[in-house]
Amino acid sequence: MSLFNFWKKEEEEKLFDENITIEETRFIVLDTETTGFDFENDRILCIGALVLQNATISVQNSFEVYIEQDHYDESTAQIHGILKDFVVKRPSEAEALEQFVNYLGDSVIIAHHAYFDITMINKALERNGLPELKNKSLDTGILYKKTLIKSHLFERKDHYSLDDLADKFDISKKDRHTALGDAYITAIAFLKIVKKLREKKEVTLNKLFK
Amino acid sequence: MKNTISHRVADFLKHFPPFNLLHQKDLEKLSEQISIIYKEKDSVIFSENEKTHESFYVVHKGAIALKKNQKTLDMCDEGDIFGLRPLLAQENYVMEASAYEESILYAIPISVFKPYALENKAIGNFLIESYASNTKNPYSEVHKNNLYGEVIAQHDQSNDKEVFDLQPVKFSKKMVTCGPSTTAKEIAKILTKKKVGAILIVDEMLPIGIITDKDLRNKIVTGDYPITTAAETIMTSPVITYSKKMTVTEAQMAMIKSNISYICLTKDGTVNTKAVGILSKHDLMVSLGNNPAVLIKALKRTTKVKEIKPIRARIMQLLQGYLDQNIPMTLITKIITELNDACVNRVIDISLEKMNTPPPVKFTWLALGSQGRDEQMLHTDQDNAIVYENVSEVFKDETKAYFLKLATYINKGLFTIGYEYCPAEMMASNPKWCMSLDEWKNQVAYWIKNPGKNEVLLSFIFFDYSVKYGDREIVDQLSDSIFENVKANPIFYVHLVSGALQSPSPTGFFRQFLVEQDGANKDQFDIKRRALMPLTDAARVLILSHSVKSISNTAERFEKLAEMEPQNSELYLSCSYSFKALLKFRTKQGLLHHDSGQFIALESLSKMEKIKLKRTFKTIKELQELISVRFNVSNIV
Repeated sequence: MSLFNFWKKEEEEKLFDENITIEETRFIVLDTETTGFDFENDRILCIGALVLQNATISVQNSFEVYIEQDHYDESTAQIHGILKDFVVKRPSEAEALEQFVNYLGDSVIIAHHAYFDITMINKALERNGLPELKNKSLDTGILYKKTLIKSHLFERKDHYSLDDLADKFDISKKDRHTALGDAYITAIAFLKIVKKLREKKEVTLNKLFK
Repeated sequence: MKNTISHRVADFLKHFPPFNLLHQKDLEKLSEQISIIYKEKDSVIFSENEKTHESFYVVHKGAIALKKNQKTLDMCDEGDIFGLRPLLAQENYVMEASAYEESILYAIPISVFKPYALENKAIGNFLIESYASNTKNPYSEVHKNNLYGEVIAQHDQSNDKEVFDLQPVKFSKKMVTCGPSTTAKEIAKILTKKKVGAILIVDEMLPIGIITDKDLRNKIVTGDYPITTAAETIMTSPVITYSKKMTVTEAQMAMIKSNISYICLTKDGTVNTKAVGILSKHDLMVSLGNNPAVLIKALKRTTKVKEIKPIRARIMQLLQGYLDQNIPMTLITKIITELNDACVNRVIDISLEKMNTPPPVKFTWLALGSQGRDEQMLHTDQDNAIVYENVSEVFKDETKAYFLKLATYINKGLFTIGYEYCPAEMMASNPKWCMSLDEWKNQVAYWIKNPGKNEVLLSFIFFDYSVKYGDREIVDQLSDSIFENVKANPIFYVHLVSGALQSPSPTGFFRQFLVEQDGANKDQFDIKRRALMPLTDAARVLILSHSVKSISNTAERFEKLAEMEPQNSELYLSCSYSFKALLKFRTKQGLLHHDSGQFIALESLSKMEKIKLKRTFKTIKELQELISVRFNVSNIV
């Protein structure tokens, strides 16, 4: 690729108006608890999400829904602690998805290992005859790696878990493995990542997607 | 909506007044309506005379500084409330609030909170009392005021001491008490265990007497009474009591007047009400001022890592004072390093207590890099390592696991008191930096025999170690092994020197300062990489070539070199001087901006200071010429 094309490409890739700041952008930070990791067979048990705007999280505007599912896997119950007959009133998958899509709007999604959560949600949408999500998304797993120093002395891992991030950024892991609790950790981690990136150079919303 | 986050918020708030006075149900409701706000360091939450927000704030994490006319009047810590009074008084903010460190705040809408404050008498009283008496923070200079009061009484306090003396005393609420029939022997045991010097003898919480170390010495150790004597026989009675609202000055006067070292504080100041605390001469000393001895003593009494943090803040105040008084840098460095080391040691002690068993073998905690050279007085990254005695193959894994776990506690503890994690993970909790003596010897030998770019960099960091805790002998063996290896591989010097010559130049062609091009420190001068590092790197090579052990401080290294090479002593002494001057620049800048001082805003320097700074660059240049000729670097680069 010639240098000329290289620059040109960058021009074209702008997703957002350069005047929109990271602060004013409405982000939805989300996490799902599922019965397992199989996109076809496993099901979402819980979606937790919150709005992040102006570095502020409003507790009232957060979203947490436990979903009625037939499929259930006892082995993953140890992780998320959601039992099949959990008493909280649970809507059906279709109802929960509808609530969530309304809540989401056209916000930018932030999630840790976002591909997994978004694919899980898209599969569920597909099953219920609904269109898949069109939202732009950011992955804190990938963004975190951008904060790491580039040095031969330091071996990067391929994947950094949410636990790794919580340890590094000194975020309490108290509600780990509840969807909304993990979403909260992800949100704080995202803010700290942006701050770290800014120490190196100016960061715009578009740059986060590169 | 009640959810996981609102639970978390309620869980936090319930530990702090006035929220602990709320009913669980109300607290949960309140928690559902708050916002969580992240604030970067130095960002402003509200400024002086700004119109009030709809919410007041509780610090969840971090610290918030309240300032007036650029002067910090109060510090809000985790669980503290700020920005409430102006909301209740319906006037603009009187002070500015900014994040002293990176912080997370809970914003509580006043419209949600006010009904509770009006309805719940306990909460109303708490608020009024805390605004009226300011009991929370003895350093607080916030003016006394009534909760719903009118305008704040504005009187400029020119003298901090003066204000301070009239502050209420801060006393220990965790009183050590016993009944009248407790024996002297038991009392001695309790005092030892609790690390205090006096015990209050109480009868149904009413103070009836006091026994101090001195009483035990005068009455028991002399043989006048057996160690089985009951407390009531040897106690000093009646107790001299005062009201808990006494000021620092009053407490001092009382101690001098009655020639006593302990004062018992009771609810109304008489012996007929419940004892609420004991105030010792020591407590008073600690609250009176910052001096190294007092701080060391305060450190020794800490039992949790969290308690060390405020002591570190006071060490920084002390440092500022020393710099203001123009005390010689060598002396300042010594004292502050000593104090910082004491903090690190306390963290290690506390971490060791957390381990279920004592260390299986001897070990040493090494500080590397600038802390190893005893040059970093401000908050900085952690660079550290553990070396432990060799163990047989059988115990290899479990020994390593033990020290890794210990190191994890220590690294976390150091983080808590203000040392950032090392971005390259050069920390003892990384298995690569936590090894037995033999493993380290092999590692270092490998670096020296295969000096690639990384190996040289690692050596740079590692060779400036100093022992901060534990066994010195293990490290001596390691040092010897390094010298032998370096002697056998002279080519290593060449690599060290070429590494040392690679630092970026401080000035450009026209002798102008070269500044950073991008990022958060744009247009600032990087004093660390462009001025301090060349000196440090050169000193390291030279001292290594003379096989001098256990001097890791750069200025001291140059002084030693001046002694060993009289023909170059003038240059070396000027290097030592330059280094100290640069360090002072860095430290002053760091204190000014509450960071590591690595980047200097040139416009903040006076003409004189700039000339001084430039003069050191000449010395650096001469030194670099000397090492490049001596180690014949031009042959390979």
